[in-house]
Amino acid sequence: MLTILFDGIAYGMLLFVLACGLAVTLGLMNFVNLAHGAFAMAGGYVTAVLMNRYGMPFLATLPLAFIVPALAGLVLERTLYRQLYARSHLDQVLFSIGLVFMAVAAVDYAMGSQQQLIQLPSWLQGRVDLFGIQVGLYRSFIIAVCGILVVALQLVLTRTRFGSRLRAAVDDPRVARGLGINVSLIFAATFAVGSGLAGLGGALGAEILGLDPTFPLKFMIYFLIVVTVGGTTSITGPFLASLILGIADVAGKYYVPSLGAFVIYTLMIVVLILRPQGLFARAR
Amino acid sequence: MRRRTVLSAAGAALAMLALGGAASAQEAMRIGLILPMTGPFASTGRQIEAAVKLYMQQNGDTVAGKKVQLIVKDDTGVADVTKRLAQELIVNDKVGVIAGFGLTPLALAPAPLATQAKVPAVVMAAATATITEASPYIVRTSFTLPQATVPLAEWASANGIKKVVTLVSDYGPGIDAEKAFSGAFSAKGGQVESLRVPLANPDFSPFLQKVADAKPDALFVFVPSGVGAQFMKQFVERGLDKSGIKLIGPGDVTDDDILNGMGDVALGAITTQHYSTAHDSPENKAFVEAFKKANNGMRPNFMAVGGYDGMHLIYEGLKKTGGAGGEALITAMKGLSWTSPRGPVAIDPQTRDIVQNIYVRKVERVNGELYNVEFATIPNVKDPVKAAKSN
Repeated sequence: MLTILFDGIAYGMLLFVLACGLAVTLGLMNFVNLAHGAFAMAGGYVTAVLMNRYGMPFLATLPLAFIVPALAGLVLERTLYRQLYARSHLDQVLFSIGLVFMAVAAVDYAMGSQQQLIQLPSWLQGRVDLFGIQVGLYRSFIIAVCGILVVALQLVLTRTRFGSRLRAAVDDPRVARGLGINVSLIFAATFAVGSGLAGLGGALGAEILGLDPTFPLKFMIYFLIVVTVGGTTSITGPFLASLILGIADVAGKYYVPSLGAFVIYTLMIVVLILRPQGLFARAR
Repeated sequence: MRRRTVLSAAGAALAMLALGGAASAQEAMRIGLILPMTGPFASTGRQIEAAVKLYMQQNGDTVAGKKVQLIVKDDTGVADVTKRLAQELIVNDKVGVIAGFGLTPLALAPAPLATQAKVPAVVMAAATATITEASPYIVRTSFTLPQATVPLAEWASANGIKKVVTLVSDYGPGIDAEKAFSGAFSAKGGQVESLRVPLANPDFSPFLQKVADAKPDALFVFVPSGVGAQFMKQFVERGLDKSGIKLIGPGDVTDDDILNGMGDVALGAITTQHYSTAHDSPENKAFVEAFKKANNGMRPNFMAVGGYDGMHLIYEGLKKTGGAGGEALITAMKGLSWTSPRGPVAIDPQTRDIVQNIYVRKVERVNGELYNVEFATIPNVKDPVKAAKSN
């Protein structure tokens, strides 16, 4: 049943790419951004439009699926989001859920409500037999992309000057400013990267999850589960949480299909009872 | 003196206007069309609206001496809104017919209003078998799920398929499809195993792996049409198409509206339904051509033909009654038969449901585009659920 394990890992990795942007904004910047899915959707639509209307190859659209939502995130952060950093979480939730509905309506108006379908290049389709395990090529591709992302994000956060400045800016913005750190610039950059990661996740997920204007609402619950279970203070937390949830969801649906989607929720409840701050978080 | 003539002339003119206004209001026949024009089911609404408008454009807007006026309302796919809109249409706009109804709950919500106000309701899309039983004023021109599914079970068992796994979305129509298929297929001596997938399910991989391990002759699938494309892709990604498992199901999964976008993964899927854009008849060729011309190249699908025939039913009913609505109209509609773009159809006078041919089709590439190509016909199928009840 290694195939199930493999599918579960791939699904978990996809969840991680989708949710890690949220882990960055919610976890590191302590901003409840429910509009995260809207940025993911933006990335998906960038890929779908470039492929279907302009005939660009799939891989070439991926950088743009990162850059366009990142720029959108930057603009929105500068104009709207920064006003809300100091506000209560309730205000942030109301504001960002409003953005979601606006995004859904705007995409519905501009692109229509039908599913956007993309055609993967033939070398990413199908599956190969690897030591007796049936391995889907596209799923392997997702695992590879995600692996690179985790390592890169972890290195940036722990080993670079930017990472330590970001952590300082989050923990105590006043003192960080006093030390000459440009907090608002760092927040803007982080927010843009988080949005870009969401966009990349949306582009990668379009093939497996589907893409239509209700995307941000449909998958909001999954992002939130990943971040809640993983805890919000690191990247490794959400990463391991995605893996566990992905594998549990796929295995649960395979072995006990009558329970359907409940496995993932049960797991979330158990984790939250045992560790209310998330799997890998220190208490605040 | 002069002033008085002016006044009386003005009075007369006013009276004329009022009378004229009342007379034309009486003569107009208003039809309220309630459809999901926005939201997740907007494609249903757009197809039906386009077909209804096409029908009116082709057949004029005067029937039996009355002007037909169409009022289109958007219920966004929410049953409460459908009910409210139906009430407004009946009470304020005094419509003679309400029509449309994209989904089962949307068709059931206004049923008591139709009964109370004696206003016929023409269901052009919703496909749960029991809908026509909700009110004696409901008549349907779309189809019922069992109507498309039971013939498939019979076709499958007649064509050497012995073991089938059914995979359906876990909601009303999905469970209907599963029951209709399993019942008919096991009655013919077939073996069935059932899987239900949560409606909001991002990844089909565990379910498909289970199917691969069960090694059936065929996989029966019913999922909402938008999700169908996702499903087909994963079916092929898993290599199930090459392992000799046939993909069968009612036609929703290969909806003509999105079939072309699915690409080659859809090739070879066998489905049963009452309408295909590729249906080979002069009526359908003319319909498809006119529809595409009027709608920027959009293909008509099974929803569009339901709308087109629904309008035809209303027009013919009005002709028969000389333009009267209500009780007379619904009585006139019962038993009507005509040749639709989908083939010969009739309204069953007992159940007010449509009787029509069901076609077995296979997805093929024709002139570079993907179509559901029909290769077998099961003639004059009545809704099996109601047929079983009356026996």
